[in-house]
Amino acid sequence: MSARSTAPARPNFATAALARFGEFSTFVGRFFMRFWRPPYEWREVVRQMDEVGTKSFSLTAITGMSIGIVLAMQSRGTLERFGAEAVLPSMLALSIFKEIGPVITSLVLAGRIGAGIGAEIGSMRVTEQIDALEVASLKPFTYLVVTRVIACVVMFPILTAWTNTIAMTGGFLESYFVGGVDYRVFVDTAFSALRLTDLIFDTGKTAIFGFIVGIVSSYLGYNVRGGTREVGQAAMQSVVASSLLILLADVIVVWLSLMLLGAGD
Amino acid sequence: MEARPAPDAPRHPYGDALPLGSGPPPEHVAIEFREVYKAFGEKRILRGASMSIPKGTSAVVMGGSGTGKSVTIKHVVQLLQPDKGEVWVLGERVDELKQDAMDTLRLKIGYLFQSGALFDSMTVAENMGFVLERHTEKGERERRDRIMETLEWVNMTGSADQFPSELSGGQRKRAGLARSIILEPEIMLYDEPTTGLDPISVRTVSNLITRLRDERGITSITITHDLLCAEMISDHVYYLLDGVYAAEGTLDEVSASREPQIREFFGAEDAPLETGR
Repeated sequence: MSARSTAPARPNFATAALARFGEFSTFVGRFFMRFWRPPYEWREVVRQMDEVGTKSFSLTAITGMSIGIVLAMQSRGTLERFGAEAVLPSMLALSIFKEIGPVITSLVLAGRIGAGIGAEIGSMRVTEQIDALEVASLKPFTYLVVTRVIACVVMFPILTAWTNTIAMTGGFLESYFVGGVDYRVFVDTAFSALRLTDLIFDTGKTAIFGFIVGIVSSYLGYNVRGGTREVGQAAMQSVVASSLLILLADVIVVWLSLMLLGAGD
Repeated sequence: MEARPAPDAPRHPYGDALPLGSGPPPEHVAIEFREVYKAFGEKRILRGASMSIPKGTSAVVMGGSGTGKSVTIKHVVQLLQPDKGEVWVLGERVDELKQDAMDTLRLKIGYLFQSGALFDSMTVAENMGFVLERHTEKGERERRDRIMETLEWVNMTGSADQFPSELSGGQRKRAGLARSIILEPEIMLYDEPTTGLDPISVRTVSNLITRLRDERGITSITITHDLLCAEMISDHVYYLLDGVYAAEGTLDEVSASREPQIREFFGAEDAPLETGR
């Protein structure tokens, strides 16, 4: 073996990860630069909001109903042992509005929306449709990325509020049929435990999760190189990366909220 | 100043590109490459490629697979940036143009992609209307008229409301061509316009390319290894070999090159069967 190899050094994992992070940061920076500049593709934003939102209502409704019923069933037995079943509505409201609703809704949407964005933009890349937009001066970054990220940021909180409402309905139905709880008692008890700031902050934080899903999936789709196999990988990676980043962001956001707003005791 | 020559105006002969740092090329030159280098990682694709294409003419770039033919035309619209060298288009140095100026220049250039690259969520008419709506002040009726007029030109009026997935390969190419000429460009770039088409479709698409030059005075670069297409459309042929245009001239002149790999490409009887490429 010669002392001085002429072969190029293969980048190690750390170097490659750093390069990828740098590329992603540039992509995020490009989003904020493009966001303010025309053209403003409002029609496409509305179309994407429909794609992200309207078509996810049934999925998130089923998720919400399931969460509400299961949470009520699971908690009832435990609370009964301590003679505390009266606090079930409060416990449901706190669990659903503060944590389970926002996170589960965002994770479900990351699966549906993240995979969709990654696959759609990725296949546009490999079939040269993005290049076609570029050479026709149609600003593909604005048209494809900015619009999808805005749609996710707007629709995630709306879908979360919807899921929370359905989950509470599920919890009430369980309480009504199993515990015979009157709906006025259920609503009074449930919402007495919640502050308005909790409702706004914990639902609003899903805008950050929406941003994560939109930008990560767009980045992975936009930078696909190769063919259909790579498009499939981009779709899968979009879901995995978005989900992990949502969980990480949740820890940070909750920690910040406790620092800023307190625990609410 | 009208950059596009009248269709019946005499065409300037092909000449050599000016040296680096000579400033803009002469008025009659539409596209000029000056010692362009481009590499992807360790793979060096262009190694000092130079060409000069007069306005209103049709140049064809030929060469083996993976030699960088498409890389050439991607430099014209800044889809790629050269590592070294100069690219001049309609008097502007493209490799130094900022985004907004490049977007303005791109409106004068049409690009037909190998696959057609039609937006698959839109019909053929919507594909064309999308471009018109964003770059012209035309109303909906005017846009529709312009779309139908252009589709009639490529003989596709019956496909206006079809989606790309419902079209054949030849129709997709013609629809892609219709979209790329909807803004009446001065330059057309064709990336493998006849690949995968039957001989009748090859003739149809090649005829359209020739008509665009003859009737509208459009300058073009076509990437192809289809000899029938090259024969029908070329004023001048460049053969790309080892990162430079190793042979140029008329199709007959290039095919008569003494370079063994070029002779093999054109199927000369005395060419070696295997060149090791």
